[in-house]
Amino acid sequence: MKANDVILRTVTKVAVFIILTYGVHLFLAGHYEPGGGFVGGLVLSSAFVLMYLAFDIETVQRGMPIDFKMVAGAGAFLSVATGAASIAFGVPFLTQEEAHLTLPIFGDVAFASVILFEAGVALAVIGTVITIILSISEDV
Amino acid sequence: MYTVNIAILTPFIVALFIPFLYKRLSAIHTGWFVLAVPVALFAILASYIPAIANGETFYSSIPWLPSLGINFTAYLDGLGLIFALLITGVGSLVILYSIYYLSKERESLHHFYIYLLMFMGAMLGVVFSDNLLVLYVFWELTSISSFLLIAYWHHRRQSRYGAQKSMLITVMGGIGMLAGFLMLSSFAGTFSVREIIGGMGDYASHALFVPAMLLILLGAFTKSAQFPFHIWLPDAMEAPTPVSAYLHSATMVKAGIYLVARFTPVFGGEAVWFWVVSIVGIVTLFWGSFTAIRQTDLKALLAYSTISQLGLIMTLLGLGSAALHFDVIDNQSFYYSLAIFAALFHLVNHSTFKGALFMVVGIVDHETGTRDIRKLGGLMAVMPVTFTVAVIGSFSMAGLPPFNGFLSKEMFFTAVLRIIELPFFSVETWGLLFPIIAWLASVLTFVYCLILIFKTFFGEHQPEKLEKSAHEAPFGMLVSPVILASLVVAFFFFPNVLGEFLLKPAYGAVMPAFIEAGVFDYQIKAWHGINTELLMTLGIVGLGFVLYRSLPRWVGVYSLFPAKLSLDRLYNGALISVERRSNEITNRYMTGNMYHYLLYIFLVILGLVYTVALTTGALSFDVSNDAPISIYEGILAAVMAITAISILFAKSRMTGILLNGVLGYLVALFFVFFRAPDLALTQLVIETVTAALFLLCFYFLPDWDKQKHKTKPKLLNGLIAVATGAMVTVLALSVNSNRLFDSISAFYENAYELAGAKNIVNAILGDFRAFDTMLEVVVLLIAGLGVYVLIKLKASKGGRDLEGK
Repeated sequence: MKANDVILRTVTKVAVFIILTYGVHLFLAGHYEPGGGFVGGLVLSSAFVLMYLAFDIETVQRGMPIDFKMVAGAGAFLSVATGAASIAFGVPFLTQEEAHLTLPIFGDVAFASVILFEAGVALAVIGTVITIILSISEDV
Repeated sequence: MYTVNIAILTPFIVALFIPFLYKRLSAIHTGWFVLAVPVALFAILASYIPAIANGETFYSSIPWLPSLGINFTAYLDGLGLIFALLITGVGSLVILYSIYYLSKERESLHHFYIYLLMFMGAMLGVVFSDNLLVLYVFWELTSISSFLLIAYWHHRRQSRYGAQKSMLITVMGGIGMLAGFLMLSSFAGTFSVREIIGGMGDYASHALFVPAMLLILLGAFTKSAQFPFHIWLPDAMEAPTPVSAYLHSATMVKAGIYLVARFTPVFGGEAVWFWVVSIVGIVTLFWGSFTAIRQTDLKALLAYSTISQLGLIMTLLGLGSAALHFDVIDNQSFYYSLAIFAALFHLVNHSTFKGALFMVVGIVDHETGTRDIRKLGGLMAVMPVTFTVAVIGSFSMAGLPPFNGFLSKEMFFTAVLRIIELPFFSVETWGLLFPIIAWLASVLTFVYCLILIFKTFFGEHQPEKLEKSAHEAPFGMLVSPVILASLVVAFFFFPNVLGEFLLKPAYGAVMPAFIEAGVFDYQIKAWHGINTELLMTLGIVGLGFVLYRSLPRWVGVYSLFPAKLSLDRLYNGALISVERRSNEITNRYMTGNMYHYLLYIFLVILGLVYTVALTTGALSFDVSNDAPISIYEGILAAVMAITAISILFAKSRMTGILLNGVLGYLVALFFVFFRAPDLALTQLVIETVTAALFLLCFYFLPDWDKQKHKTKPKLLNGLIAVATGAMVTVLALSVNSNRLFDSISAFYENAYELAGAKNIVNAILGDFRAFDTMLEVVVLLIAGLGVYVLIKLKASKGGRDLEGK
């Protein structure tokens, strides 16, 4: 089945970047505005899914040789590890901290350790969703 | 500061790197990297000996769930130290031995050493944890790592059987122990073992005191292979010999001993404790030594001998607890508490001689290819070093001088003789059985020690029956048993070094009152005059020798036991019938039909919710506080209703999925109306992704119209659907009018001050309830891997039944 998908591919090339940017924005904004690791991860993975739909799996894999099982594992590991890291500072498991820094261009920037935790969530979401979709679609 | 906590975690952390070391540096045997861990830990822990001998203790706590009283608390005292030194000391020797025992080319070493390190860390966790629940976690981790180690050669059916058996029995005991811990902490009001011991006087009258005690003992007895739970230990011998030497003689099986010793201050004052522990111990001692004689496999013989020796230590702990029944702490009560001291002494001695013996058997197995004493013989000339170690180990086990087993055996006899003089418990009637059984068991111990030595190393060498031509083991393999054997001799000549620096502080941890009162005054003596104990030993040698010589004449005794009545038979039978029954029951409701499953789920929910709602009068409607319904919301609700109804009449599956998607988007629209943009967003994305997934799945599903419903289920479906819908609607309407508890939302209102987050939803997910989120992420990962594995497995096996039935 080889459909004429010129329009889809052209749109995808632009749209993927918009979606990815939006996903990253959602992820970073999570602490203060709507968004966060879970939604950010879902949006990012929808961008990947769009790529897989527009181009075939082999092409995307060549350009982006990522093992999404590893991504999912790394994400879950990161989430657990940030929780465990707080033990090294002598505070209970999963305690989050926040710090404010003044950077040259960005001005006052808040760094919350929760972002690492959320990054783990996002990676796990991306990894799992894509693993499931890829393995189901490969199983023809 | 956190040295001990870190010591517990070190093996786990190192285990993470083993796969990389195994792969990258495959030229070097992985054991060498692992060896560094116990050696370093041993050195660190040994540096605590002087301070501990001075009566100091160390305590460090890492908060874990402080609000629930669960913290990763490490507590180092004499008792913990003596066990930890055994774990790391014997651990070092075993790993050194395993480097030569396990072939680098043929074995998957990374698995082996990861399990072994996991086990080592778990064992250290057991002996150092002060928190009951943390202790329990480590306790079960030892069961799990032992399961993995026993099943290390998992292609053998016997290995899998042995692993399953040990797991089932020890985990069952462990769960009982957990229940005991929970009872104990419920009336003690704390999870800390130290605090429980500190407040021990107040509990004895509590109704749950004895049940808690018995359940904790269940855990200890299953782990320490006490009668009748001992049946798993011989089957665990399917593990590689270094594992047997380590887990099944020196460390894991002693976890039960540790637990009994640790809780003696709490429960020892109860008469039930004295009787249960000492009787189970002495029965195990006798039964183990009696059964050991009939074994023809050297490792099975040692397994039963371990069971028997563990029974001996357990008996001593039970007898020693009698000292707590005296009202005053003086020389008389101290006199009885010395059984505890003997127990600890024998614990150390047993680890040295049994460790050495297991390694000897491993060498014999490795160099001749068999462990069957009917095929072995005459190895003395071929393996002189192994022979020497075997003699030292066996004679120590049999309780002969000049080996350490003699000293602790004499102390054991002293303890059982003393118990007859006890002025309470009406021991004057039954108490006499203790010395008699103990003596008989020791005779049998002597007999199987002779079997071990003579059948293996004396007699005729039969090279034609062996798989390999026997020769002495390589140097590296001999180092560890030789070190252990030298310790056996060293402890005999200098027992008081051990006594002063290790045993006395450990004794002090079990019986603190006697150390505090200053009545402790004891020196281990090799020569204690011609007394009853010595005469008993002489009798053992005499009768034991006669019994050994006449073995062929009385070995028929064993066939008097009908094989049908054995505990193993009972276990196997129970296992099979449980499996069959549960299969029958499961097959009755797990029909493989999705329709049935949904039916159960909905019926159960309906039943539960309606029963609760009707019996508690939870349904009341109060619309006065509800916000007014705008015209848009009304329209949206109507559209949703129409969409939902049209799904029912969809002719193709594609239409159904799309309509379902529309329904999801409409819900998102509702979120927009109610000013919850993040929820709307999440809903939109999820709806898109699930629709995509649905469409992918749908490709493989059978055609829609194949399922022709008969009228009756259709009616039932309709009823259930209407009832479920009505239930949700009614609940949603009435939920606002009822409030049983105060709202918890107030806590989340100060999210900004607590977490610096303006987005409350995210603050809940990432800060307040991060534990849930973390576990959900892990669940998500597992689900994803599950899908992946299922599909890949299906693709690769190509229709072949993987169960292999």
